[in-house]
Amino acid sequence: MAIIVDKNTKVVVQGITGKEGSFHAKQCLDYGTQIVAGVTPGKGGQTWTDDEGKYKVPVYNTVEEAVKEAGANTSLIFVPPPFAADAIVEAADAGIKTIVCITEGIPVKDMMYVKDYLRKEHPDVILVGPNCPGVITPGQAKVGIMPGHIFKPGNIGIVSRSGTLTYEAAFQLTQEGLGQSTAVGIGGDPVPGLTHKDVIKMFQEDPDTEAILLIGEIGGTMEEEAAEYIKEHVTKPVFAYIAGITAPPGKRMGHAGAIITGGKGDAASKMKALSEAGVLVIENPAFIGKTVREALENPEAYWD
Amino acid sequence: MKLHEHQAKEIFAKYGIPVPEGKVAFTVEQAKEIAEELGEFPLVVKAQVHCGGRGKAGGVKIVKNMDELEEAVASMLGKVLKTFQCPDGKPVTRVLIEKATNIDKEYYAAITLDRSKSKPVLMASAAGGMEIEEIVKENPDAIIIETIDPELGLMPYQARKMAFKLGLPVKEAAKIFLKMWEVYKDNDASLVEINPLVVTKEGKVVALDAKMDIDDNALFRHPDLAELEDEEQLPPQEREAKKYNLNYVKLNGNIGCMVNGAGLAMTTMDIVKLAGGEPANFLDVGGGANVEQIANAFRILMGDPDVKVVFINIFGGILRVDRLAKGIIEASKMVEIRVPIVARLEGTNAEEGRRLLLQSGLNIIPVKDMWEGAQKAVELAKQA
Repeated sequence: MAIIVDKNTKVVVQGITGKEGSFHAKQCLDYGTQIVAGVTPGKGGQTWTDDEGKYKVPVYNTVEEAVKEAGANTSLIFVPPPFAADAIVEAADAGIKTIVCITEGIPVKDMMYVKDYLRKEHPDVILVGPNCPGVITPGQAKVGIMPGHIFKPGNIGIVSRSGTLTYEAAFQLTQEGLGQSTAVGIGGDPVPGLTHKDVIKMFQEDPDTEAILLIGEIGGTMEEEAAEYIKEHVTKPVFAYIAGITAPPGKRMGHAGAIITGGKGDAASKMKALSEAGVLVIENPAFIGKTVREALENPEAYWD
Repeated sequence: MKLHEHQAKEIFAKYGIPVPEGKVAFTVEQAKEIAEELGEFPLVVKAQVHCGGRGKAGGVKIVKNMDELEEAVASMLGKVLKTFQCPDGKPVTRVLIEKATNIDKEYYAAITLDRSKSKPVLMASAAGGMEIEEIVKENPDAIIIETIDPELGLMPYQARKMAFKLGLPVKEAAKIFLKMWEVYKDNDASLVEINPLVVTKEGKVVALDAKMDIDDNALFRHPDLAELEDEEQLPPQEREAKKYNLNYVKLNGNIGCMVNGAGLAMTTMDIVKLAGGEPANFLDVGGGANVEQIANAFRILMGDPDVKVVFINIFGGILRVDRLAKGIIEASKMVEIRVPIVARLEGTNAEEGRRLLLQSGLNIIPVKDMWEGAQKAVELAKQA
């Protein structure tokens, strides 16, 4: 099972002939992901190959052809920011149901229109990102840019707004002997596709996931909304770490979405909301793995 | 990117939002010429800084004659204006000279993104002149919100409704709200704020102040707006970091942080604090950090006299740690590093990376995890 991607995932890489797209297509193939097609407008009919000539993937002019001729059901997007909104909509209109957008730096207005369009025209499409590391179901498929070897198959679901922090957390879990069902990087932009709440709902319904680790950061109210959902609907143990307790208001901390504005989005209020929802909030980021292991082994000591 | 009040008002005027008549001056001479042109007193002199709370800090003055004008402008230009919002202050290099307005009532109006809905909202309140945070804190009901459908835009009925509820002159105010939406949409703004929006004793509705933030990611399609950036409003290190394409935010502590990834960079600040220290900065060197970027990052950190120790926290994923370690060693030859470095390197080929650092002969202390690194950095900062 797991969520969003698995061994049946057939990926089309939009922007496969670009530097990033090409590099990461190979990394995904090395991991065992099925990449069935690439799309670069104007390069249809060519064959993409990696620098070692190990893999060959047909390139199409449109996503529609990649779906019809190569059977793609998932898109991985690397196209530059000015064209990324167009690429997402093209994938959705072509019938792709899972879209993972890695691109960083897409204008907020573009994403606002895209999200509005998807809501109205393609409510069943799952958009992950943009500005995210992607999704990995260890041992089955890696649709993103994360280093595959730090993950291990298992039963912890990870959802995170940050790339390297996801790696950090997964690495710590793996070191403690805890594998992951799926790790979802939802990205650091103000208008994301999937939210914390959406992914937590999926993990709650996924039989392969036994516990959930939420990694949040300052900005917006996504963590507070997740907390509300967890309080009402989640029966699995949930752990959380929130980055940015020392971040000053009004300053953008790297991610476009990581900014405390209008008195909203500070770390303390997120931690409070999650705690009140029964989530075990981990304060020291060096002990994420250790705390999850100990609390799962001995829940009475951590939850009343 | 933040715009100055005078820049935002010029855009407002283009769209037909009424603003007081006025012009920006960079010198006392220019200010006097503008006063002549405006041809009447009293006038208002407003320091142009990217910071709220100017009024209470002496950054807004009403002047009744040319002498007072000269004195007010001279007292502002070239000074650093410290307000409660910006305790470190912002340099004043320009002032806005405007005709004074007879204020009857003050309101608040803004358009911004409601992130939980991924839709823009028009927010307004009769509690003008106050910060939005304060309004919400004092009385959340005092703020009225209309959610905007991205496809339809702000509808005239919504603008009217807002004006009716606030008791504003409906025709004028609704027109202003609709124009604010156009300003927001056309310019890829992340914030369009009028505070205060005033009704004058003559019954006119006027934007007495104007604030606009532009989405940095959209500047590629607004070259005219990109040119308006006043980099002097940024602290010097942040200005430098921008040149190098580094994400850097200056903070008040003495432990310089160098990290890959924004989330991990914030986490590093947090763990320094948890270990009893104070971070000097947020710094994300990015996922593909090369020698040049690391050298630039060292330049920025060494440019901050407060930095007593550098804490490097790198999680190497696809970018291998041994290559990063080589980058650090190379970079340290390009930049003089006057403080000890604590390095926590983890991820792909971490062992080899740590070995390279140990053998480099540099004043680098490798640590095994983030917590040990933070504690070591705090200890060294205290000794320095």
